[in-house]
Amino acid sequence: MSATSPAEARESAGPIISHQVAAPEGKPRGEFLFFALRSKKFMLSVVILAVLAVVAIFGPIIDSTDPVAQNGLPMQQPTLDPGNWFGTTYFGEDVFAQFANGLRASFFVGFLGGGLAAVIGMTVGFVAGYRGGWVDEALNMITNVFLVIPTLAVLLVITSYLQARGVMFEAVFIGATSWPWAARAIRAQTFSLRSREFIDLAKLSGRGSRQIIVSEIASNMSSYLLLTFILLFGGAILIAASLDFIGLGPTGGISLGLMMYNAVTWAALQLGIWWWFIPPGVGIMATVGALYVMNVGLDEIFNPKLRTM
Amino acid sequence: MGDRVRRYFGRKLLTYSITFFVAATIDWLIPRFMPGDPVASLVSRTNGISPDAAKALSDYYYNLFGLNQPLPVQYLNFWGSLLHGNLGLSVYGHGAPVTDMIMGAVPYTLALLIPAILLSWWAGNSFGALAARRRWLDSTVLPMGYILTATPYMWLALVLSFLLAFSWRIFPLSGGYGFNLEPTLTWLFFTDLVAHWVLPFLSLFLVMFGGWAIGMRNMIIYELESDYSRYLEVLGAPQSLVRKYAFRNAMLPQITGLALQLGVIIGGQLVTEIVFSYPGLGHLVFAAIQSADYFLLQGIFLFIIVGVLVANFIVDIVYVIVDPRVRVSMTGGTA
Repeated sequence: MSATSPAEARESAGPIISHQVAAPEGKPRGEFLFFALRSKKFMLSVVILAVLAVVAIFGPIIDSTDPVAQNGLPMQQPTLDPGNWFGTTYFGEDVFAQFANGLRASFFVGFLGGGLAAVIGMTVGFVAGYRGGWVDEALNMITNVFLVIPTLAVLLVITSYLQARGVMFEAVFIGATSWPWAARAIRAQTFSLRSREFIDLAKLSGRGSRQIIVSEIASNMSSYLLLTFILLFGGAILIAASLDFIGLGPTGGISLGLMMYNAVTWAALQLGIWWWFIPPGVGIMATVGALYVMNVGLDEIFNPKLRTM
Repeated sequence: MGDRVRRYFGRKLLTYSITFFVAATIDWLIPRFMPGDPVASLVSRTNGISPDAAKALSDYYYNLFGLNQPLPVQYLNFWGSLLHGNLGLSVYGHGAPVTDMIMGAVPYTLALLIPAILLSWWAGNSFGALAARRRWLDSTVLPMGYILTATPYMWLALVLSFLLAFSWRIFPLSGGYGFNLEPTLTWLFFTDLVAHWVLPFLSLFLVMFGGWAIGMRNMIIYELESDYSRYLEVLGAPQSLVRKYAFRNAMLPQITGLALQLGVIIGGQLVTEIVFSYPGLGHLVFAAIQSADYFLLQGIFLFIIVGVLVANFIVDIVYVIVDPRVRVSMTGGTA
């Protein structure tokens, strides 16, 4: 950090260096924690996500109202009365119950869909980047095909067979179709690591490809993989909202996308029932936005060059 | 040079051909493996006809769509009629050719999509580059970028139409043009068209703008910390020059990003059109799903596949023009 670009000298005002020394020696983990606690971006996103997670986990427990049953008078504006914080829909359903349950579904889809996409993307990326040659060509081809195929068309065909679809199906579908960009990115990173000396050394010591990929390559880009997962997490939530919105989401149950679909279908716009469609959008925006901010915050924590503190 | 260029584009074309083949085959599956019989649903719509007439009608339609032939023959016929630009007839359009319905919707979709993509790419990248390492912009305006890019397209569309169309009545609420107008080449119709175009365009533009701005800002920071930037600074080059080089390098991933984002963007277009009942392809997809018009769906998806492939190919060409390394490797020099 002693290099002095004018921009950096201005922004990383002095103390950073002494702090770095103060961090536990030879323990990068301690150093990361140290910078994490001082990163405004990271801390802000953690707080937002924590609040949303609490609502998603405990909301449906505390307010056990059935989100899709008539629960009160229709089209009630939000009030401070307990049980009516978010008002009711055109059908008298409790908007808060829908919001909390929908948020729960969103986190589930994001976690599972994003996780699955990360696993597929990593597998394809590592193998393509490490093996090279025709394996790389073939995997590249598959990646490109997946990138271009309109996933909606595939989904339409599948939905015709699965008349009853759960959130689980939606998450798996999103995971199985949203990995291509991650595979490309990880392939490129693997490609640049593959010719390093420590990989040659690992090869000389007679270790198998799988071992080298897991213990040498993956571990050296673990921060990058975490960032990829976070982006896929947020992406999966957005895709799920779109699918729900055009009526291809889970059958039965409630989700944030479905809330917006219902609001549009039952003329919430024309009737001015803004409290029906504002909460689901804010919920998605806050969740995904916090994930993206966390992504950049973590990037700055892992990569000293990017720190602006 | 010619040889390498041919190999580069030859490989790209091979990938695209395979993709098109796979995608078109999946697309072919849509009307044939759907629950319920598309012909039966078509016949059931003609109210009050005798069972005999219904039988004759459904036979007629089976023949028309070629659904009474063995599947392999149907598949070959599909490619045959595809080459003739024949995509069948639409149930939703009361028997109108699918091709005509798509052609009627395409101008609306492209009029939204192309300006929204190009303008948001340009504006987002310029703004992101400006905000990078400039603290006051980075901490005031840029957070808006995170919010915008995390916003679901349809929600921004809903909020914009609620505020600007429903509450303040600045713009019309929905449709491609007013109900009281016929498409004509008059000034009145044109202004009405533009008024209906503004809100859907704005929803698409804003969400994409946020994404490009954030991406560019992060790229520029990487580039400004790289060795060549440092070297330039040490040589005493002015900041503007360093930034110019950083911008050029940061632009390349953003071009690739455009190709990678295309699927998401088209999804966004779709839901935006649904919110505004904008008479483009997205609205047509929605109507086709709702009325189980699988031939129309098949046709639209085929059109989207071709569109995405063409866009990808354009990005490939642009990349060759913009990235000197690719250019040099093609002309046979050593990079």
